[in-house]
Amino acid sequence: MEVEQGAVRSSGSLLSPPGWRWPQVRALLFNAFLYLLIVAGGIVFLIPFVWMVSTSLKTLPEIQRIPQPLLPEVIRWDNYWVAWTSLPFTRWFFNTAFITVVNIFGTLLSCSLAAYGFAYTRFRGRNFLFVVLLSSMMLPYHVRLIPTFLIFNHLGWINTFLPLTVPAFFGTAFYIFLLRQFFLTLPKELDDAARIDGCNSLNIYWRIVMPLSKPALAAVTAFTFIDSWNDFLGPLIYLRQDSRLTLSLGLRMFLDFQEGTGDLHLMMAASVATLIPILIVFFFAQKHFVEGVTFTGLKG
Amino acid sequence: MTSQPQPAVHHAGKASFFGWWRWRRIEGYLFIAPWLIGFVAFVLGPFLASFFLSFADWNLVRPPTWVGLEHYRTMFTNDPKYIKSFVNTVYFTVFHVPLILVVALFIALLLNRQLPGIGVFRTLFYLPSVTAGVATAILWRFIFNYHYGLLNQAIGLVGIEGPNWLGSTKWAMPAFIIMSTWGFGSLMVLYLAGLQGVPRELYEAAEIDGATAWDKLLNVTIPMMSPVIFFTMIMTIIGSFQIFTAAFVMTEGGPADATLFYILYLYRSAFQWLRIGYASAMAWILFLVILALTLIQLKLSRRWVFYAGEELA
Repeated sequence: MEVEQGAVRSSGSLLSPPGWRWPQVRALLFNAFLYLLIVAGGIVFLIPFVWMVSTSLKTLPEIQRIPQPLLPEVIRWDNYWVAWTSLPFTRWFFNTAFITVVNIFGTLLSCSLAAYGFAYTRFRGRNFLFVVLLSSMMLPYHVRLIPTFLIFNHLGWINTFLPLTVPAFFGTAFYIFLLRQFFLTLPKELDDAARIDGCNSLNIYWRIVMPLSKPALAAVTAFTFIDSWNDFLGPLIYLRQDSRLTLSLGLRMFLDFQEGTGDLHLMMAASVATLIPILIVFFFAQKHFVEGVTFTGLKG
Repeated sequence: MTSQPQPAVHHAGKASFFGWWRWRRIEGYLFIAPWLIGFVAFVLGPFLASFFLSFADWNLVRPPTWVGLEHYRTMFTNDPKYIKSFVNTVYFTVFHVPLILVVALFIALLLNRQLPGIGVFRTLFYLPSVTAGVATAILWRFIFNYHYGLLNQAIGLVGIEGPNWLGSTKWAMPAFIIMSTWGFGSLMVLYLAGLQGVPRELYEAAEIDGATAWDKLLNVTIPMMSPVIFFTMIMTIIGSFQIFTAAFVMTEGGPADATLFYILYLYRSAFQWLRIGYASAMAWILFLVILALTLIQLKLSRRWVFYAGEELA
């Protein structure tokens, strides 16, 4: 870079003011062009969301007018109230929140314990079991779906939240892998020092490794929240009774109801409402989503 | 599960050296015990069980009967719907995977520079990856609406009448491919992380040799990124074979089975028609197809994937 700039400075045109040689102008124009491209792309990309929110605040005749106005003439906040109270959405919201919170708790506990085991303790077959863990990540979920259903059916857990929460306490391969990779980046001296001070493994896990791993635990929390909140196939298979549904199932049911009446504005209002918790979590934890990706250390 | 290691740990500190030494040898198993139990009960066990179930005829009411390879034979010779679901899924994968990989890489290259405010766009493009579910499937169902949908309204502005996307056997699948591309954000984040790892010196060396931006992309960026591209390609193909929620919400497999995806048909076979054995056979074919595709790609990857450490060895 420096070589190039030096060469240009000596041969620069006398007409352009100092510091405004052609390569700089070209770089500036190029960056401006990039900005334009990114901003245009961002707007096109965002339009579905904007339209979703805008539609949720319109009246039905407004939606059916062609050409459709981009923004509502009068903002109809009560669409949200009408949609939300037409079916037991409040109940479904709490069901979903309960399942999600239990899943986060179970996942953090079981995955961090297993990750500590793989990262910090030695036992026969550890490397073999770690390879087993990694290969289990490649196994399609649907291959084990039917027998898993049969197990829970046999236990009488159908139409309860147990099939959707209990498995979280038995670890998820990907998160164990993610946390183990993070644990391995912590300085080994901490472990040695704690041992000399008489700490046992469980103390080290709880007092040293866990507090130092907050970024990785936050990433696991964020991912588990999204997976659990958006899960559809699990609740679809295990939950039957109307009062036990989750938001994603309830929203699918709402769609069937609205097909008859064609109340697209209410459909959009209900959809936006179920996304609000996700948006809140995402805007507070966006850093952790991105970091979580890098913790797995794809580069090796 | 947590209460399990507690009592043993309690006297670990006070016990004899021999006791402590023996304890250190088994405590690792206790830490991984929850996962290990879960792996046997919810992963390995069901995985093997579905293999045996695929040779049985069972509807959960009458006791299962052994039918051997009958289900596999039916699937490929006597079930046009199964073939249709397979072909549909392959059709989707063939277009979806290259498209989303290229878009994600392109946007990542655009965003991979130190410009003020660029982080906002990274967040923005990632957004659909976290909202993926029933709500956005409903949104897209409405975007593709023939009369009032956003897409046909937009196309109408330039005077073209858009197709009845989800109501047409020809356009329903392209609609799914368009919708799925919207979720490129998680791949983009992986690529951005990969791009950060490409050493600056390589670009500087290329510049001294007079390389253009295009040369640098083809001869530095792409080779250095090939392990990440390879990994995301495998994961995207696997994910693409498992598309379900969008199909269940947007079209329910219609029209005329044009969007009957593999997992949708598997779901109906297993949980609506209670053909447990048949659906298990479908699940195993899916597993074998994914396994074969992954192995083929691993083999092919030696030709194009470049691991930076290799030439040092």
